[in-house]
Amino acid sequence: MSFAYFPHTDEDIRQMLDRIGVKTLDDLYADVPAEVRYTKEFELPDSMSEIELRQKFEELDRKNKQLTVFCGAGAYDHYAPAVIPALTARSEYLTAYTPYQAEISQGTLRYIFEYQSMITELTGMDCTNASMYDGPTAAAEAMLMAMAATKKKTRVLLADTLLPQVKEVVKTYAKYHGVEIGYIAHKDGNTDVEALKQELATGDVAGALIPSLNRFGIIEDLSGMADALHAVKALLMVYADPSALAVIKTPGAWNADIACGDAQTLGLPLQFGGPYVGYLACRKDLVRKLPGRIVGATHDVDGKRAFVLTLQAREQHIRREKANSNICSNQSLMALYITIYLSLMGPEGMRQVNELAYGGAHYLHDELIATGLFEDVFDRPFLKEFVVKSKIPADKLQQALLDGGFLAALETEEGYVSFCVTEKRTREEIDRMLSIIKRLKP
Amino acid sequence: MKYYDKLIFELSKEGRQGFSLPQNSWNHHLEELPDMLKREKKAALPEVSELDVVRHYTNLSNMNFGVDTGFYPLGSCTMKYNPKINEEIAALPGFRNLHPLQPASTVQGVLQLYDELDRALSAITGMSKFTLNPFAGAHGELTGLMIMRQYHMQRGDWKRTKVIVPDSAHGTNPASAAVCGLEVVEVKSTPQGTIDVDDLRPLLDDTIAGIMMTNPNTLGLFETRILEIAEMVHACGGLLYYDGANMNPLLGVVRPGDMGFDILHLNLHKTFSTPHGGGGPGAGPVGVAAHLAEYLPNPKVIRQADGTYTVTGNETAAGRISGFMGNFGVLMRAYAYILRLGRQNVRMAGPLATLNANYIKEELKDCYKLPIDTCCKHEFVFDGLADQSTGITTLDVAKRLLDYGFHAPTIYFPLLFHQAIMIEPTETESKETLDGFISIMRHIAQEAIEHPEELRTAPHLTPVRRLDETTAAKQPVLCYADLARS
Repeated sequence: MSFAYFPHTDEDIRQMLDRIGVKTLDDLYADVPAEVRYTKEFELPDSMSEIELRQKFEELDRKNKQLTVFCGAGAYDHYAPAVIPALTARSEYLTAYTPYQAEISQGTLRYIFEYQSMITELTGMDCTNASMYDGPTAAAEAMLMAMAATKKKTRVLLADTLLPQVKEVVKTYAKYHGVEIGYIAHKDGNTDVEALKQELATGDVAGALIPSLNRFGIIEDLSGMADALHAVKALLMVYADPSALAVIKTPGAWNADIACGDAQTLGLPLQFGGPYVGYLACRKDLVRKLPGRIVGATHDVDGKRAFVLTLQAREQHIRREKANSNICSNQSLMALYITIYLSLMGPEGMRQVNELAYGGAHYLHDELIATGLFEDVFDRPFLKEFVVKSKIPADKLQQALLDGGFLAALETEEGYVSFCVTEKRTREEIDRMLSIIKRLKP
Repeated sequence: MKYYDKLIFELSKEGRQGFSLPQNSWNHHLEELPDMLKREKKAALPEVSELDVVRHYTNLSNMNFGVDTGFYPLGSCTMKYNPKINEEIAALPGFRNLHPLQPASTVQGVLQLYDELDRALSAITGMSKFTLNPFAGAHGELTGLMIMRQYHMQRGDWKRTKVIVPDSAHGTNPASAAVCGLEVVEVKSTPQGTIDVDDLRPLLDDTIAGIMMTNPNTLGLFETRILEIAEMVHACGGLLYYDGANMNPLLGVVRPGDMGFDILHLNLHKTFSTPHGGGGPGAGPVGVAAHLAEYLPNPKVIRQADGTYTVTGNETAAGRISGFMGNFGVLMRAYAYILRLGRQNVRMAGPLATLNANYIKEELKDCYKLPIDTCCKHEFVFDGLADQSTGITTLDVAKRLLDYGFHAPTIYFPLLFHQAIMIEPTETESKETLDGFISIMRHIAQEAIEHPEELRTAPHLTPVRRLDETTAAKQPVLCYADLARS
């Protein structure tokens, strides 16, 4: 027996067994009932060498089709600077555990502090935690926070304009946690404040989750939402794309109590949906309801500035069943990705990314309308993603684009088709996609 | 490791830039947006050059300790070696550019990987079907409990709202139960450290949804009466949940499915070698017995009769627990590890982890108090120093270890002992590494008697020394704006 990940020689094993006072490795399992010992052959492939492993994954890779991405719907094809993988691959970050031993984890603790600083700045909120799994689960945790912060309320409202996967995940958590979910209709693609007010009349609402950039790509006008909710002691929770927040009005400026969303838009590869990273931010007075790890600044016994996990009395390892959340592992390394991303981009880079996406998306939109094959659905400002009504059946349109190497025209629940343009898309790519579309018949 | 004091914000100078983007040739511009929808003040993000960023994050990394730096005997965390080939594979450009909503026909390679990893994990654990969607261990627990509740609810059995959790369980177990709307009923441990079956028996009635167990438990002890417990819980109509946090010693030796468990989660970032990344991303796949497969959350990957793969959902599933289908990059790494192990080497992982733990325990039990002196599995727990007259605490020992280039064990958990030191070496550490650790632990025990002050003030050689945690919690400074104000 010899394998690169096991350093034991036969002699080592013999010496160690002698020290323990048993004869065989099997004897270490003498306390395990014989009927549960697995003695058959495992139904697994033969051990692969690195060479074979590479071949195996190259073979899997060949069965996927590389597409030029013109859709979003919760995962966006943004540019990732070369610096990021070079730094995040450093094993001091990659192979470390959660920074419980602060004295030898200042690297992790510092970047989390920087991450928290950047997220609070982008969202306009007071504080945030060290990361969540993804946007939809961050939204579910926001719901749990709202329930914990507002006693005796039974209901949480979701805007119809949230991404379907966000609504589904929140609904799932709510079902088991015992929270009733209500929905707020939209009016011309924007969450309807009057519909919200009607829902609030019953007085049992803990909070409402509304997107600032919605599933139609529309930048929502959230005027009056916070006032309506606060009047009945309910919380405004805003689901926001942190990349867009560099240029559009922040949850803080809308007077939100909680902000959450997916930070995949800050330079994380698509990678078939993960790992991404959720964020969750709040007003200062809600910090003790905030789940997960939080890093704070302090100093050591010599007076050196240092950082440490703090306010741990909120967390599951202390409060157990009384904790508001069960989160333990988060997506720390992805928080490092976006901290490096935002350091490189700075305010100007973030403006340019949004300018490029806005310019490209509006070019594509205007050209699609000009073909006469599409009609506008809503007359609302959008940023990088938009929906149109297609005269070509959606499945036919999508298939023709797939055949041409494009992922675009995803169908919404209403039968509209959506497109998304990021700073990575060129005029040449857009024109090539348009030329395929122009050849199609209604 | 070297102290470095900057924050990236402190390197910022207006006008510097670290990005590179194409020229903007579009005719539409953001200024077209109505003012009321625009951000008022530009975000106060750092303005730094590319090299500033590279040096800053390299310097920060020099204050970190990882598995690649040295021995990391952190109990319950299974800090085994993270193979480099896994990183190379997860970084393959073809996989990085795949959108999660691509039609199944364009991601057959990805879906094949989901299916093969599901089958491999099923073979290893004796379960029937997995969801790979949960993002972490605690997320897997929550998903598993949702499946448990869904099973009872689908049968119209609404009374089952309680779940039994041992007093030695990880904190995530009771917390997951509470998030899932279940009431936690605690079952006690015997003085020998395993579940007290006599305490369990009267708890079992028709309000019990199930029991959550970690086996071996958090003391590293195998629950030898597991078959009896399984029979009792099933007889009362409950299900058995297996917390896979401690699966490593059973890898290749015992399958949870054969012990009677109906639902389990695995921590791919523990047992299956994916890196912890400073706290994540992990992955917490959930496996179930055949009769529960329909309750696995959506979306799910299905292998069709013609050998192709598709993504589906079903009505009776326990809803949806993730935006897409989990931490795919982590799943790739875990599958690469399983293929490297193969059916030959998988049998050795658990026994070698158990060998390493027992070896350390035997070598140190005269210097450290071993409350339960029996054969352990992958980890064991000391209750502080054997000689407690010096007043040296577990915290002092842990901090002193840092001076000698070791990560500290898990301390003050499990809660059953006041001075708990929980040591888990994993199978990837050599006898020489263990001997080095043992000799330092013995040396520290000696120092506790001869130079206790050195321990009380340890660490001395780390980039920073003991921190003022009280001030951090009393006057929280949680972002750069707070710091600039304070």
